[in-house]
Amino acid sequence: MDTTRYIAKHVINLPRSGIRDFFEIVAKMKDVISLGIGEPDFDTPWHIREAAIYALEKGKTHYTSNLGLIELRREINRYVEKNFHVSYNPENEILVTVGVSEAIDIATRALLNPGDKVMFHQPCYVSYHPSITLAHGEAIPVPTFAKDNFALTAEALQAAWQPGCKLLMLNLPCNPTGGTCNRAQLEAIAKFAVEKELLVLSDEIYSELTFEGEHVSIASLPGMKERTIFLHGFSKAFAMTGWRIGYACGPAPLIEAMMKVHQYSMMCASIISQEGAVEALAHGEEGMKAMREQYHRRRDYIVRRLNEIGLKCHLPRGSFYAFPYVSGTGLSEKDFAVSLLQAERVAMVPGTAFGENGAGFCRACFATSYEQLIEASERIERHVQHLASKKA
Amino acid sequence: MNPVIKLLLEGGSLSTAQMAQVLNLSEADINRELDQLKKDQILLGWRPVLNLSDERSGTVRAVIEVRLTPERGGGFNRLAERISRFDEVESCYLMSGGYDLLVFVSGASLQQVARFVSEKLSSLEGVLSTATHFMLRSYKEQGFLLETKAEETSRLNVAP
Repeated sequence: MDTTRYIAKHVINLPRSGIRDFFEIVAKMKDVISLGIGEPDFDTPWHIREAAIYALEKGKTHYTSNLGLIELRREINRYVEKNFHVSYNPENEILVTVGVSEAIDIATRALLNPGDKVMFHQPCYVSYHPSITLAHGEAIPVPTFAKDNFALTAEALQAAWQPGCKLLMLNLPCNPTGGTCNRAQLEAIAKFAVEKELLVLSDEIYSELTFEGEHVSIASLPGMKERTIFLHGFSKAFAMTGWRIGYACGPAPLIEAMMKVHQYSMMCASIISQEGAVEALAHGEEGMKAMREQYHRRRDYIVRRLNEIGLKCHLPRGSFYAFPYVSGTGLSEKDFAVSLLQAERVAMVPGTAFGENGAGFCRACFATSYEQLIEASERIERHVQHLASKKA
Repeated sequence: MNPVIKLLLEGGSLSTAQMAQVLNLSEADINRELDQLKKDQILLGWRPVLNLSDERSGTVRAVIEVRLTPERGGGFNRLAERISRFDEVESCYLMSGGYDLLVFVSGASLQQVARFVSEKLSSLEGVLSTATHFMLRSYKEQGFLLETKAEETSRLNVAP
């Protein structure tokens, strides 16, 4: 029996994540130094883990409110107000989700009618385009460029805009480029959003990992809170990827609409993760800052080395990714990544896994130990020299 | 904090060559920096962190609460420094609360530590009393967990 004919058209046409393909190759190899990982190398700080264990011991094993524990929503408001300078009512403007990934999924499902257009900058996180497609929307990618340090510009938005655009998705700082926008750049984007009457879905999961200047949330700009859904989570800043916990903040009617989808599909986020999240926000900021400092030093090291090696790399202002240009070696990003893996057993993710605008680049995650980064850069150097000698 | 100290604290067992790479300095710069830190008595020295709960090591450790009579002019300092000079003493701190000094000592046997307390420590003029607690088992040593197997990293090799 041909079972595939039962699969919905918009799902069967969905491409597999390019990361998945690459993972299959890496999984079969031994002694690989992986710079292909999209998560912190730190384990969750012990006090957060211990708080979750305590919650289990106390019998916190039940459903929570669909919106999430009220204590957590209050902590979220306190944290967001302090660090992002915008405040939300914990009663009806904050929704606790199963990571930012779920928040993106339920936001697109709650907001889009079939055919509605969604703008998003590219290269971008792997799930943006599929989330739009799964919600029957139309994806309008907007390119970002190495010459701008992969900041999104209002000019690029203007050039890509079409009638029927409803939503603008932002991810600043950005996975995979590490690009982000300063206040002036964000103001120009905000002006564009107001002009075109776009709602903004702002995924700020890497905001704590901003190394130069201050992170500015678009939701904090004048007039933007009412047209922005602010998405954030615990995975990157607090090293809590496996806990699957995040949140959405925005105007009450939009949070209510997202809550309806969330309520019927997810009920609520895991109570254990919510208890851990309360602890993270209440007492985790110092630990988080110590991790950021380490990422900062590692970034400076790896970016300097990549440039010395001859893989031109802009300075990522945020996130824990370097995004070097590798096609100067004469190879496409895919061929470079595969040959590096086979010859030197170092894994980087080809930039096209993050959309066609990633062509020519690879993503190198520096959330790994100094020893591994030093060894990886020596191997990359050897490989680049080998490629150059073959070319000559 | 000095970047070299930071790297020493967070980088585990990086060699000076590796530290030089990370900080974009020469190895000579790193060595000079380490010398300066020693000169300034910020970096006191290097010691391996050993698992002394291993029976083969045969080391007995104790912590002693010591009450002293303070002296005019110097307070507790003269006696504390004198006590600290004994080889058996690993660390010595002036404390607030019910006693004055907390002294960490180690020896090859129970008898040796007991002899140190009764003959050397208690007999010092100015020492009012001592309370010795022998350590039975160690769970964490200078930041290193004991008796727990190193956790295998369970990170995927490639993730979004």
